[in-house]
Amino acid sequence: MEEKEIIPVPDEQQEYVINMGPQHPSTHGVLRLLVSLKGEMVKNIQPHVGYIHSGIEKMCESMTYTQIIHLTDRMDYISAHINNEAVCLNVEKALEVDIPDRVKVIRTIMSELTRLQSHQLWWACFGMDLGGLTCFFYGLRDREKILDIFEETCGGRMIVSYNCPGGLMYDIHPNFQKRVKDFIKYFRKILPEYDQLLTGNVIFHERTKGIGKLTKEDAISFGVTGPTGRASGFSCDIRKHEPYSAYDRVQFKEILFTEGDTFHRYVARIEEMWESMNIIEQLIDNIPEGQFAVKMKPVIKLPEGEYYQRVETARGELGVFVISDGNKNPFRVKFRSPNFSNLSVLNHIAKGFKIADLVAIGGSLDLIIPDIDR
Amino acid sequence: MLPEIVAQNTSPSLSVPWWKVVYNFSPLTEWIDKSLHNAMTPFWTTVTEMLIIGVLILLFYALVGLFLVYAERKVCAFMQNRLGPNRVGPFGIFQTIADLFKLLFKELVPIKNADGFLFNLAPYIVIIASFMAIAAIPFAKGLHAIDLNIGVLYVIAVSAMGVIGVLLAGWSSNNKYSLIGAMRSGAQIVSYELSVGLALITIVIMAGSMQLSVIVEAQRDGWFIFKGHIPAFIAFIVFLISSTAETNRGPFDLAEAESELTAGYHTEYSGIKFAFFFLAEYINMFIVSSIAATVFLGGWMPFHVSHWEGFNHIMDFIPPFIWYIGKTFFVIFMMMWFKWTFPRLRIDQLLTLEWKYLLPINLVNVLVMAFIVLMGWHF
Amino acid sequence: MDKIQLGEFIKSIARDVEIKEGKQYLEVTVTPSILYQLARQLREKEETHFDYLFCLTGVDYGVDLGVIYHLRSTIYDHVVVLKTRTSDRGNPLLDSVADIWQTADFHEREVYDLLGIKFNNHPDLRRLFLDNSWGFPLRKDYVDDINIVTK
Repeated sequence: MEEKEIIPVPDEQQEYVINMGPQHPSTHGVLRLLVSLKGEMVKNIQPHVGYIHSGIEKMCESMTYTQIIHLTDRMDYISAHINNEAVCLNVEKALEVDIPDRVKVIRTIMSELTRLQSHQLWWACFGMDLGGLTCFFYGLRDREKILDIFEETCGGRMIVSYNCPGGLMYDIHPNFQKRVKDFIKYFRKILPEYDQLLTGNVIFHERTKGIGKLTKEDAISFGVTGPTGRASGFSCDIRKHEPYSAYDRVQFKEILFTEGDTFHRYVARIEEMWESMNIIEQLIDNIPEGQFAVKMKPVIKLPEGEYYQRVETARGELGVFVISDGNKNPFRVKFRSPNFSNLSVLNHIAKGFKIADLVAIGGSLDLIIPDIDR
Repeated sequence: MLPEIVAQNTSPSLSVPWWKVVYNFSPLTEWIDKSLHNAMTPFWTTVTEMLIIGVLILLFYALVGLFLVYAERKVCAFMQNRLGPNRVGPFGIFQTIADLFKLLFKELVPIKNADGFLFNLAPYIVIIASFMAIAAIPFAKGLHAIDLNIGVLYVIAVSAMGVIGVLLAGWSSNNKYSLIGAMRSGAQIVSYELSVGLALITIVIMAGSMQLSVIVEAQRDGWFIFKGHIPAFIAFIVFLISSTAETNRGPFDLAEAESELTAGYHTEYSGIKFAFFFLAEYINMFIVSSIAATVFLGGWMPFHVSHWEGFNHIMDFIPPFIWYIGKTFFVIFMMMWFKWTFPRLRIDQLLTLEWKYLLPINLVNVLVMAFIVLMGWHF
Repeated sequence: MDKIQLGEFIKSIARDVEIKEGKQYLEVTVTPSILYQLARQLREKEETHFDYLFCLTGVDYGVDLGVIYHLRSTIYDHVVVLKTRTSDRGNPLLDSVADIWQTADFHEREVYDLLGIKFNNHPDLRRLFLDNSWGFPLRKDYVDDINIVTK
């Protein structure tokens, strides 16, 4: 037998490298993390994305604005309605269309319902990431109720496609108000149950407190927005800073913490659910009468120029940047997706913690992979 | 007249009415023993008895395994507002049998660059370890395969052997996740073995014996968890925690933490080899629950309160086997409850819990118990 | 600062800038050579304090390739849009701002991946979504007969 030559391996190559993903239970999609380990300790994380890159920005360049809306559904499929809304708002802003109050209020209610169901799903998955499998069923049980409301009004459950430039596809279902009110009444009773199951648990506290700390400066520098950024004290709620739709006429609190660890990212989202319910309650009884859509031209052409619209999705700031050359297709569309920036911070905050913490931190960032890849 | 006498000698009858057997199995076992002795030489008698016991335990093992999987799914469904299995048979009771057939028919995927011998050996070691432990457990009065005078020690020693299989599985499957899982499992079981042992020693001090039958008999006038004041209760809690950890069940299921390591040490196993690991996990749960029930909750001994003769008499009507199964499943239900409620610990927290909290508490607890026994303060 | 004050301030710290009051934000067009300096000053000067780069877009203008930076100050809440473009399509090279705003690290990788604009001093300039043999799909002259239906 031939004797093998022993080649000395340099230190940096002696790391224990594992591939988390593309198929891994805790990456919630096809995200691949190349994790270098020293024992259980994470030394470096290299995110490899692009497994579901579908070229949405390129496709937009050969589509009309009405068609683009349906592509945005597929980016962040958990907050599909808010993505739709962003494109519609951008088009309406560019055309200087005056939108009826009814549309604004319904859009706001739908956005908040979307945020609620998104946070419910996140809570469910976060519990599962930490090993509490029961959370998943609790979260999905309640999310189903919102999806049923969506189905009744929009026809779709997750990917609703309810917006169109100038308003909504159709009016709300007659049951809508009653069902939403019933849901809010129900969920106000149920949400403390979430706290009982997970928030108060001593193991949960141990697992999340002080883990994956993100300072305010880093949050701003990395562009980390949404509940993740706000848990670090970065005041980045677009609903407050650049109110759109009906957010300027409702009272709500921007949830801000300064600690910036996994636990406070968690609490920020739980608190946001309460705030979302407050917003819905303020609006649900005051939906103004009127048209549900403004008549638009069949072919929408945006005047030449650049238009930027920011909205607050469940995960952070979504920016829709449209450069128009006056044609029916945009010249260039850029989606500034919240998850893309939120992912970039993962290596920074998860370095030096354990594998289990990496899973917890990744869960607390609430990444939706199609939104990163677009 | 002669043939009749011969007939009497060769087939000894049961000394008690047949329905009383459920309260005490010794006449039945003695009758079987005598019948066999009459029929063959002592050597073959022993061999036949071993065979019978082996087959019976294997049958029991499979039945308990199947039932526990079903029970876990039902309990889990109950915790999660679901129905659980409900398609195969009434209330889905045949679901696990259907699953078993599915697993039997599944392909055994060979792993490239795996250590084939160790890879195949690992599931057997895991399952043999749990199989051996089951032999020493007293199921009911007189239903006890081997009554070792160091029964407690034997059960601890044998059930800890399973970790070798886990380590082998993790090492030989040539998978990084498996290896991390196996290493975690190794660290975990070595640590928690201490607590399990010390918690049992607390009771052994009280019982004055390591023989499981003696321990059960000593609880005739009250279970140890009540007799031993607070130390026995602390020991029970510690045993519950550490035995959950020892069986690699949630919230201590770090070795197979599916959100971190996909499936840990059995990631690469498929088909019936996976089923072995799966089955062994449930049997291990059954074994530690049996030990908890036997040592702390009186085993097959009915619930007795000293000097309440009437009450004790009523309790005696319930057969010992039912008592034993009831207690064991109570403990199993507790363990399932933990699993489906708590999030998972992290490896350093797991070791901290053992070495910084459970072990010191346990050591003090043993001393306190020894003191109580010395002073004769227990009931 | 409002748009006019901001425009005057930027004029005072940098020469060769073209300032246009856009419909929404103040748009500042600069040459690639001074982009990095201006960006650093906008970030560090107390009066502007643009600490949040909320969007970084690569654009193919047909002839030129450009990058658009959307900056916001978290203290003053004012926004400025920096634009720069290069006409070198063969080897477009710009300065990276990844050391000023860390989020630019990923965004510049995305721009490099989809438009082929290279960035000087980028810590880790690799392709993000596509593999190395792929073209640059967001360029207007990109043709992919197999996968994309052209209009």
